Amino acid sequence: MAVRRILQRLVVFLLVLGGLWALWEGYKWLWESTGWTKPFRVNEYTLPHLHEIVLQLREPTSTGDDLWLYLLHATLFTARAAVAGFLIGALVGFALGVALAQFDVLRRGIMPYVVASQTIPILALAPIIVRGLGSVSIGGSPPPDWVRVAVIAAYLTFFPVTVNTLRGLRSADPWALELMHSYAARGWTILWKLRIPSALPYIFTALKIAATASVVGAIIGEAPASIAQGLGGAIVSFNQYYVLEPSNLWATNLFAALLGISFFLVVLLVEKLVVRRAPERLV
Amino acid sequence: MSESSVVSLHDVSKVFGKGVTALEGIELEVERGDFVSLIGPSGCGKSTLLRIVGDIVSPSTGDVAVNGKPARRARLDRDYGIVFQAPVLYDWRTVAKNIALPLEMLGWDRARRKARVRDMVELVELSGFESHHPWQLSGGMQQRVSIARALSFSPALLLMDEPFGALDEMTRERLNMELLRIWAETGSTVIFVTHSISEAVFLSTRVAVMSARPGRIAAVVPIDLPQPRTFETREAPRYFELVTEVREVLHASGADEIEEPLPLEDVVE
Repeated sequence: MAVRRILQRLVVFLLVLGGLWALWEGYKWLWESTGWTKPFRVNEYTLPHLHEIVLQLREPTSTGDDLWLYLLHATLFTARAAVAGFLIGALVGFALGVALAQFDVLRRGIMPYVVASQTIPILALAPIIVRGLGSVSIGGSPPPDWVRVAVIAAYLTFFPVTVNTLRGLRSADPWALELMHSYAARGWTILWKLRIPSALPYIFTALKIAATASVVGAIIGEAPASIAQGLGGAIVSFNQYYVLEPSNLWATNLFAALLGISFFLVVLLVEKLVVRRAPERLV
Repeated sequence: MSESSVVSLHDVSKVFGKGVTALEGIELEVERGDFVSLIGPSGCGKSTLLRIVGDIVSPSTGDVAVNGKPARRARLDRDYGIVFQAPVLYDWRTVAKNIALPLEMLGWDRARRKARVRDMVELVELSGFESHHPWQLSGGMQQRVSIARALSFSPALLLMDEPFGALDEMTRERLNMELLRIWAETGSTVIFVTHSISEAVFLSTRVAVMSARPGRIAAVVPIDLPQPRTFETREAPRYFELVTEVREVLHASGADEIEEPLPLEDVVE
């Protein structure tokens, strides 16, 4: 039974993959053979064959390593910043959500600034923060590059966690709250025994958003500050040489996507282990 | 107030924010070991009255004493257990852990909790389901867990707000029998809110019939059916006489006229 389900999923996965491949190649073939130029001209540069992108992974880069190895290093560098940023963002976001839920005054006073923080374009803010942190001295030297990038990732991840924590903490069943009241439970006991468990499905929804956002945040944090070791650096340099070898940039995108997906799956796995709910009540 | 009163209500009224009078001039004494049902039309404030006894809602005027103390003091002393219409179990806790919830609040150690949970599971006949999660149980079983949780810390008073209202007739009758057995075994005092005349008569030692808004206690009907009640009780002529008597008081107090829905019972301060 379990084997059948796994097989079924595998077949669906392969079918979707095949469908996407057919869509890509079909689009390319149709546009090239008819000479359509809308919405953009399709050729070897704008849309390389998928197999060429994959084959490109085995070609050496200017660093001497094969592309796949180079991208693997870059992915790990970015992953470190993304994971650190995710953890900082999740913790700060959760703590802020709890504080805002517990104290009405705080919510009214601080929430507008929390929202404002996310309306400033991260592209404008990232270089300022990353460069600014470069001039901060911790123990005689500035924080390492990946730490500065992690701050950007954290900046992008705390917001969904705060908003959903706030919403989740206030989602507790009113009868369950009456029950706690009947036990003469204190605010912090209610928080720990009822509100936080009630909020977990909401928090994990936010963590899934945050997982992918932290990868984007790390990449964006690297690019404008000329930090070259990560995926952001790879994107900047491959973008400059795009006309010479478009497959490099596409392959980089592929690695970035894989990083985001694996991060998402880790959060999903933790959710399955932590959140106990009736199947139909999972958010 | 009599010596053995568990609950004593004197001139209790409740006016909600917009000037809606939910309860007026409520007088009620509940003696130790009593099983008192509150029955009345929708919106007559019977659930509000129950919440006033539990100090979940505060009365606008009047005195509320539970175990001879102000209602607030009684709540802080955990003098009562409460059961709602829904089981209100925590999804993330097993049956055993749900029952242990109030014991955790009371600071019982693990061994003592475990022993008590075992007793309670036996009392509500759910042995073997301790490590199930609520969604793996039927509605009737969930409500039994809820009753076990309410009784786990042996409160003198059990407040029940239409606990079987959402269950089918068969399950409801079976749980009625179980509740009476538990009531006899634990010697607790029960205040029981219900819509069902037959349920109220079958379970209670006294039925307090409430009138439509503003809610007043129109009459208290003593139920002199012999104890213990059995399945035959529902077929006894005296049972039908009492059902008729309660129904007549209900109708005389205007139960038929109220149809406008006002979600008063939902108003919690």
